[in-house]
Amino acid sequence: MLQIALTILIYLILVIPVGIYVYHIAAGKHTFADPVFNRIDGVIYKICGIRPQNSMDWKRYAVSLVLTNGAMILLGYIILRIQSIGLFNPNGIGAMEESLSFNTIISFMTNTNLQHYSGETGLSYLSQMLVIIFMMFVSAASGYAACVAFIRGLAGKTKDNVGNFFADLVRITTRVLLPFSVIGGMLLVWQGVPQNFSGNTVVDTIEGAKQIIAMGPVAALEIIKHLGTNGGGFLGANSATPIENPTILSNLIELYSMMLLPGACVITFGKMVRDRRRNLLPDSLLEDSAAGAPKARVRKGLTEWMYGREGRSIFAAMGILFLIGMGVCFWAESQGNPALAEMGLSQSMGSMEGKEVRFGVAQSSLFTTVTTSFTTGTVNNMHDTLTPLGGMIPMLHMMLNVVFGGKGVGLMNMITYAVLAVFISGLMIGRTPEYLGKKIEGREMKLAALCIIIHPLLILAFSALAVGTQAGLAGITNPGYHGLSQVLYEFASSAANNGSGFEGLADNTLFWNITTGLVMFFGRYLSMILQLAIAGSLMKKRFVSESTGTLHTDTMSFAVILVFVVYIFAALTFFPVLALGPVAEHLTLWA
Amino acid sequence: MSKRNQKLITPEIFRQAVIGSFIKLNPVYMMKNPVMFVVEIGFFITLVLSFFPGLFGDIGTGTNLRAYNIIVCVVLFITVLFANFAESVAEGRGKAQAASLKKTQKDTKARLLLEDGTEKTVLSSELKKGDVVFVSAGEIIPGDGEVIEGIASVDESAITGESAPVVRESGGDFCSVTGGTTIVSDWLKIRITSDAGDSFLDRMIALVEGASRKKTPNEIALSTLLVSLTIIFLIVIVTLYPIGLYSGVQLQISTLIALTVCLIPTTIGGLLSAIGIAGMDRVTRFNVIAMSGKAVEACGDVDTMILDKTGTITYGNRLAADFFPVGGASRSELIRCAALTSLHDDTPEGKSTLELARHLGDTSREEENAEYIEFTAQTRMSGVNLPDGTKVRKGAAEAIEQYVKSLGGMIPSDLHDQVNKISSLGGTPLTVCENNRILGVIYLKDTVKPGMVERFERLRAIGIKTIMCTGDNPLTAATIAREAGVDGFIAECRPEDKIDVIKKEQAEGKIVAMTGDGTNDAPALAQANVGLAMNSGTTAAKEAANMVDLDSDPTKILEVVEIGKQLLITRGSLTTFSIANDIAKYFAIIPAMFMMAIPQLSVLNIMRLATPYSAILSALIFNAVIIPCLIPLAMKGVKYRPMSSGKMLARNMMIYGLGGVITPFVGIKIIDTLIAPLLTAIGMAGF
Repeated sequence: MLQIALTILIYLILVIPVGIYVYHIAAGKHTFADPVFNRIDGVIYKICGIRPQNSMDWKRYAVSLVLTNGAMILLGYIILRIQSIGLFNPNGIGAMEESLSFNTIISFMTNTNLQHYSGETGLSYLSQMLVIIFMMFVSAASGYAACVAFIRGLAGKTKDNVGNFFADLVRITTRVLLPFSVIGGMLLVWQGVPQNFSGNTVVDTIEGAKQIIAMGPVAALEIIKHLGTNGGGFLGANSATPIENPTILSNLIELYSMMLLPGACVITFGKMVRDRRRNLLPDSLLEDSAAGAPKARVRKGLTEWMYGREGRSIFAAMGILFLIGMGVCFWAESQGNPALAEMGLSQSMGSMEGKEVRFGVAQSSLFTTVTTSFTTGTVNNMHDTLTPLGGMIPMLHMMLNVVFGGKGVGLMNMITYAVLAVFISGLMIGRTPEYLGKKIEGREMKLAALCIIIHPLLILAFSALAVGTQAGLAGITNPGYHGLSQVLYEFASSAANNGSGFEGLADNTLFWNITTGLVMFFGRYLSMILQLAIAGSLMKKRFVSESTGTLHTDTMSFAVILVFVVYIFAALTFFPVLALGPVAEHLTLWA
Repeated sequence: MSKRNQKLITPEIFRQAVIGSFIKLNPVYMMKNPVMFVVEIGFFITLVLSFFPGLFGDIGTGTNLRAYNIIVCVVLFITVLFANFAESVAEGRGKAQAASLKKTQKDTKARLLLEDGTEKTVLSSELKKGDVVFVSAGEIIPGDGEVIEGIASVDESAITGESAPVVRESGGDFCSVTGGTTIVSDWLKIRITSDAGDSFLDRMIALVEGASRKKTPNEIALSTLLVSLTIIFLIVIVTLYPIGLYSGVQLQISTLIALTVCLIPTTIGGLLSAIGIAGMDRVTRFNVIAMSGKAVEACGDVDTMILDKTGTITYGNRLAADFFPVGGASRSELIRCAALTSLHDDTPEGKSTLELARHLGDTSREEENAEYIEFTAQTRMSGVNLPDGTKVRKGAAEAIEQYVKSLGGMIPSDLHDQVNKISSLGGTPLTVCENNRILGVIYLKDTVKPGMVERFERLRAIGIKTIMCTGDNPLTAATIAREAGVDGFIAECRPEDKIDVIKKEQAEGKIVAMTGDGTNDAPALAQANVGLAMNSGTTAAKEAANMVDLDSDPTKILEVVEIGKQLLITRGSLTTFSIANDIAKYFAIIPAMFMMAIPQLSVLNIMRLATPYSAILSALIFNAVIIPCLIPLAMKGVKYRPMSSGKMLARNMMIYGLGGVITPFVGIKIIDTLIAPLLTAIGMAGF
């Protein structure tokens, strides 16, 4: 418990400087590294013919994003299909099958990294680098770019300029992802993660058996896998293997690298929105106003400086959701497994099935909650063997998809729920609801509602399809309640663009490749476009003034309301299926 | 404040509402309310299942299943009826309101003046815009119009409820008359300004009846939320069937429908239109006619209120506030003389002087044979010549000075100081003299209406800024502003200044409300987000405004703002309540659905409901019964008290959010206790 608390405390300190740095990048402000990066970016802009000062409205931005991603999907698909050529292929891997290629390429472009293949046997080094690692950068940068555009829309400095997608993509890659990756990658190499182009080595173990030790550019993939909340492992067993994640320190590096940027995103949001307020002050009061006119109280606190006023409450809401889930998961895993206890296996260390001894229950449940909350999808233990309730938490957090969430999109989702919370709270104080100084009206409600419908629709409809058809049922390896959990987990992971798997599912079949491919695609782009549309619609509106009578969204009570709204709107939707899956399994196990 | 029927429901409204709730069952009508439409579809499906229980392959013993389907079907039917009833009651109350207004609208005879000067008697319903009619004492004014000739006192009690007649004359700001009012004395020539059937009253009645009610932007946004919730829950239910099958549970169609109806926001869905109609109705009961529901809601958003000083904040008349003796005269002497001059002075100045004097202990009485001199514009003073020859006068400083000088008197050295001091305070000095001796000065000042200070405090508590407009000089304006406690003022204000202020505030993103009556107020009324015109005002002002106050009381805008807020709060609170109810309903229905196949899930039956059937039916019955229980709240509105947004949010969240979570747990348990024995009696203990 102490190590979890310390880990989180250090995170809270680390996230602030990172957030401030990312804010400077997003807002186009001067940073200490500008002399270097301006040159690099300049060269890239010149080569690619990007004119960064060309502004885009939300539609052009969304179209640029989708088309760029689309072109990359096509290119990546071709590479996967022809990877058998002898380039960077010391292990002689063959071409990937069509439906699997379809699934894999969508999976990596959408920042999901659902893997229906095993890295060791499924991909050549060329594919690992050109498709997997490349996509890990671009998909993360795309998500972050969308989020930055979204925040610009909410901050509403102009009526229709949300920035330039290509410039954002380049800036985020060169100034955030690359430097962070280099530093993190070095640290991982220091901890013993391999980074080479040699073929796999075969060694004789002490017991005399032969073992294949995987080699390759692992560290490079490993760091961006976490930094970009991607999650796709170099190897099938992902961060549970000592090759990808050898020590407790590397485990921490990986944890922080997946937690930092989504958290920084919220700070960026808080700072950019605060930016606007500072520009509006001082409020021009009537010159000839009578005595006693109450001036708007300007609060200034430490947390406000760190997270920004509006960012603070969003960060708090996400934090509350995270801690509740984290607590339940840790508690459930610590309880151990009564079925194993009955067989005479000590459960004093908690449920250790499928966990690495070097991580134990604490680091495993923390990693599990983090990887699903921040929708990375990397795993350091097998989620399939988590206790039923311990496994329900990662599933639930992917169903909510707002607990920090993936690179940028988590914040966008949370803001969508904030719009709902503001709508209800606004009515309750007798005003037309307003958020960040803009009125929330029919159009925004329509878009927000659509956003919120998409997620349960994808998860529930496809899960129903899977358990209702022979092709779907064939994948379930563990019939009964746990089988339903496997199915729900798979689609929740796809829709939330998480990518972790319960791994029990035999999922490399036509049915699973195609369905999860579609879910990942729609889960990513539909909501992203709708959310950009919300920002686009809000930025056109005039700012309404703030007074004691308006709803304050920078308070702790708003954070609590937001938590309730998320639980009631998102969690209740999944209550029936969760009751049939993990809850039924838990009650049966402990009956 | 209301002068009309305040009872929530009369037998007549009840009877009409019951009929109305059946008429509204028409699916074409129900489609306008998607949430309740889903319930009605559920009703039709269960109706079919009541006759053919096995139609969709439901399993279960034949008679039990049929009985179950029938009960679900009946409860759903009642749910729809309850929702329709709520809407009908609201409409009924509106109609009752309209009926009392309509009584004034009996078809009357009108004397139409033809171009050649002759008169022709026509029915008022035949009058067209532009017609000129002649109306004399005792006759009813046949339609809305403008006075083009004459002056008369008009009894407008039929519309305003105010019994004192008002003066209407051609030209100026008092030239507008309303159809249905009666001329008490003299005569008027009126040019009709609206076609029959399109008068103010007609439009008002249509609005009150709810006939021309349009959904407001907030209502549209809320409907969107409710519809999307309905869609989400439909997705949950439809996918639950195959997922249940996988888990070995074949869910009955009626159970799925029951769960759907329980989860979708029927409570707010059923009451939403009733809340809207009731909100308009509350405004009308206040004798304010809103041109649209949107106008009422906009009131809730008001940030800045522009108020005229005269008539709204102050009485406008200058009333005596103090006496200042000069030149060595005693204060009691001054008071006595001031009172003497005012004994027969019926002006507000005179009356208030006398009142203040009496208050300060003066007992002067009328003396016989005293000669009272009235105020004239030439002399600018009034007073009394007592039988003993004493001449007492009060009047404008210069007039009295001249009068005293003409009688050979001296001007006291401190008179000018006192006069200037009063002027600088924003007051008006009235000098008093006895023969050729100046005794002192009466300090007249504009008085803030009682209760205004508290009202402005209430407004400040909810974050509304008040700006006072006045033609006075900045000094006077500042004095009144300070006294009343407004946040800002504009002195020496011209009509175009008002528009500038409104535009400036709006540029800062504020919603501005203002009141006005004169024609020169019309552009500002149109520019403001909420414009409240006085019924006594000109037609131009009324057309430009989006609300008209029939009582012509400008302070009413404050109450209208509160009604607007209350309307939104009621909607938000019931939405929260409705959504919060879902938690308890889940805990009632989910274990009931799966308990047979997965006995372990009975742990989730935290309410310990008797049987699966009783659990599902209890939740469904609670869902139906809560609608009529909340009708009074929907009609009257959630209690509103001014407080800061944070406090109000916390308070309402506690009552309607937390209350919404707890109430159904209690309610469902009670219903279950009641119906479980009944179900067992008819042999429906288990599936």
